[in-house]
Amino acid sequence: MKNVNEREIDFKLLSDLFFTFFKLSPISFGGGFAMMPVLEAEIVYKKKWIDDKQIVDTFVLAQSAPGAIATNSAIFVGYQIAGVPGAIAAMMGMIIPTFVIVIVLALLFAFFQTNHYVLAALNGIRPVIVALIASAAYKMSKTSLIDKTCWIICLICVTVLLVCPDINIIVVILSGAFIGIAIMKVKKMFSTSVKTE
Amino acid sequence: MSLYIDIFITFFKIGLIGFGGGYAIIPIIESQVNLHQWLDVKQLTDIIAIAAMAPGPIAANSATVIGFKLAGIPGAAIACAGITLPSLLVILILGKLFIKFQEHMLVKATFYGLRATIIGTIVYAAIKFAISNGIIGGSNLIDIKSILLVLVSFVLLVKTKTNPVYLIIAAGFIGILVF
Repeated sequence: MKNVNEREIDFKLLSDLFFTFFKLSPISFGGGFAMMPVLEAEIVYKKKWIDDKQIVDTFVLAQSAPGAIATNSAIFVGYQIAGVPGAIAAMMGMIIPTFVIVIVLALLFAFFQTNHYVLAALNGIRPVIVALIASAAYKMSKTSLIDKTCWIICLICVTVLLVCPDINIIVVILSGAFIGIAIMKVKKMFSTSVKTE
Repeated sequence: MSLYIDIFITFFKIGLIGFGGGYAIIPIIESQVNLHQWLDVKQLTDIIAIAAMAPGPIAANSATVIGFKLAGIPGAAIACAGITLPSLLVILILGKLFIKFQEHMLVKATFYGLRATIIGTIVYAAIKFAISNGIIGGSNLIDIKSILLVLVSFVLLVKTKTNPVYLIIAAGFIGILVF
């Protein structure tokens, strides 16, 4: 690992970082989790930029920090290799290709959205989007709702949102952090075994 | 100009609170877009469809399309930057610290509760999207064709490794045939 405080900026390394993620980005269909094996193969085994311990740390951090997992991974890999400039180079490499692709798609959509067939197609597509959102919740629940308490928190959260749709969703999400800490304290008080994952 | 600033601040906020990435951010986007009365849920659903068909992070893609719809290419760039910058800042500032303290009880307890409420918001988003698109709770209570599409896609997504892009394209053709 390079010293992140190194004065001199290695432009060759930065461009290498940029283009590595630039190449990975357009094949990253399905977002974060789907690209992890590809990223690992490229960064750890081919480029040997970081070792397999660091890539595990990267994925853990990428999932815990806010934002897209794929972008987070790029940022932290870039940071470990070449400091802040590296983080920015990797991030830009990750974002630019998909940005261009999604703009082209949006332009096409804007052009064709009044087309009779496109409207009918959208009627078929909208249910799939609902299923995609629901399946994301289902898949996350497998690894994250590890005990009855989690399920109860989750159920209360859904109920509260359905009953008071005007409630600030950010407050609802963050309340989870405080509930988590409170539950841990209570469990500790009764000295039952504390399991958080 | 004030629209640009509004777009940036809104997506920065969404990015900052967007734990879990991807579909976990959709409920937050929905609430903020609704708050600003930028789009209705049906329009947002179509935008997510576009975002899901493109490679890359679904949340950043959605932000890009929403920004584009509101204020063209500059809007798209501002929205994309807004939702991505918090990730950069948080990772640069807290990254090393988090790696060190990830095993700490307090950090674990925080995420233990956080994950539960995040999943709750995603479930809520699925229900809200189903209602707003007339799939449930409409004039027929349940739209049979749509609900069948939801159920079949859900099973395919959960039980098999069906690529969402193919699923969306297939559903488009089914839509042309049956709607």
